[in-house]
Amino acid sequence: MMSLNPRATALSITKHFFLILGGIVMLLPFLWMVNTSLQQGGLSNYVEAWTKVPFGRYFLNTMLVTFLTVAGVLVTSSLAAYSFATMNYRGRSTLFLLFLSTMMVPQPVYLAPSYVILAKLGWINTYMALIVPWTTNVFSIFLLRQHFRTIPKTLYEAAILDGCGRLKYLWKVVLPLSKSVIITVLLFNVIGSWNSFMWPLVVTHSEELRVLQVGLSYFNQEQSSNFQLLMAASTFCTMPLIILFLMVQKRIVASYSRSGIKD
Amino acid sequence: MKIRSKLGPYFYILPALLIVLIFRTLPILSSFTASFTDYDIGGFHGFVGFSNYARMLSDARFWQSVLNTLFFVLGVVPAGIIIPLFLAILLRGELKGKSFYRTIYFLPVVTSAVAISVVWAWLYNPEAGPVNQIITAFGGEPLLWLREPRGIFEMMLSPMGIHPKGILAGPSLALVSLMIVSVWKSTGYNTVLFLAGLENIPTTYYEAAKLDGAGVWGTFRHITWPLLSPTTYYVLIMSTIISFKTFALVYVMTPPPGGGPLGTTNVIVFYLFQKAFDRFDIGYASAISVFLFLILLTLTIIQRKVAGRRVHY
Repeated sequence: MMSLNPRATALSITKHFFLILGGIVMLLPFLWMVNTSLQQGGLSNYVEAWTKVPFGRYFLNTMLVTFLTVAGVLVTSSLAAYSFATMNYRGRSTLFLLFLSTMMVPQPVYLAPSYVILAKLGWINTYMALIVPWTTNVFSIFLLRQHFRTIPKTLYEAAILDGCGRLKYLWKVVLPLSKSVIITVLLFNVIGSWNSFMWPLVVTHSEELRVLQVGLSYFNQEQSSNFQLLMAASTFCTMPLIILFLMVQKRIVASYSRSGIKD
Repeated sequence: MKIRSKLGPYFYILPALLIVLIFRTLPILSSFTASFTDYDIGGFHGFVGFSNYARMLSDARFWQSVLNTLFFVLGVVPAGIIIPLFLAILLRGELKGKSFYRTIYFLPVVTSAVAISVVWAWLYNPEAGPVNQIITAFGGEPLLWLREPRGIFEMMLSPMGIHPKGILAGPSLALVSLMIVSVWKSTGYNTVLFLAGLENIPTTYYEAAKLDGAGVWGTFRHITWPLLSPTTYYVLIMSTIISFKTFALVYVMTPPPGGGPLGTTNVIVFYLFQKAFDRFDIGYASAISVFLFLILLTLTIIQRKVAGRRVHY
């Protein structure tokens, strides 16, 4: 048995060697970003980048769009998933297939016609164009439906006997039982909305409507040789999501260790 | 009361349905019909049959974008499977610092493609960027990276007096630079997928293999790889589709109008974007969209057929 230990140690060291190497490759660009942003002027680079173009406005736009989009997704997707999972009605499977079929087609394929539709609605260069088309998400509907289906029917029957309506049942029973999948849907959509680029680039033109990603892309073209400012801007554009992710990561790790103790 | 309960389900589905119909189904169907029309900044000028498709056939820039996209996919997808699979195997099981590693690998996944592109464009900068600084510190020759139009095989072989031309010259170094960023960005996501797949394989298989005296490679070849195939298949399809859709990296790192040095980073979605929104040539852009869609559909069908034979569930 003793002879196993040095071998296990050697294996463990080899593993960590490669994992640390991988970690360095993943982290270095971020470290360089922050490092460059602090050269020649230090923190004043951040002030200069922030004031050179209205990044404050871009932040507010992104937060507004993300908030309303994700709120819309949560409402419309839970309602649709609830009906797909628990109700019987004509055309249900056809509608479900219709929804799923749209997932098969990547967004760039229908970008140009989407623009034409928005133009006909008079929505080009408005908040409506940034928000409304993304207030539902088929993948989220799919995820929620899968989870809602696992909730026992007897629970529903009991609730109806107690005089609980359908909507109330969704609100009082189904959603509280689906917290983890709702958080998944929430994060998935927050990250998607915060980082979306192609769509806002296409459907808005004016600076007042610019979101963070589009603003950063234009800033990159205007300041292409001013690396300190570019890295400062990249840093404050990425920080909110990185912080959010690190917080959520803790949650995931915590739930892992909790389930570990239970076992 | 009865009517309400009959219509009830439809009220629940209506908000989502309206958005799906107006902003997904309608534009998807329109892109098929628009591909048979002459539609530009002045509006609709009538149906033109297959002439947009005929134009595609003779458009050298279009075929360049197809070739570049194929290079991109063939480079990014295998690397995006091998590297994450290796990392996931290392991370598997009880390991100190596992969640720490996972967190770090995942950072590029949640960071926006635009910010990542801005940062990497600086890293690759030929004059002052850190990548060339490291290379020269080790006595190497600095490279042009995102500004290098020469194919990588041509660059590697020309010192030996061999000068491959055309497709044989390979993807430009500029395109390879973009591939590296793409693999870097997706590694964490694929690693997490593989890790979940690995941890679903019952440990009894490994115990049995150990009793039979199977080596590391034998265990991988006969247990890990076959039992992991559903995950591998999923990662393969997802990375292929994501690679075909690449846009932000190209748009930000090798900005328009070029699509990189001599158009060597001009990929399908970038070209489609330029046709649709710089020239507002909706008809032609839609034909390219349909082409892109058909490629992805074919790939999914082929992969499904191959998977039907090879994947062990």
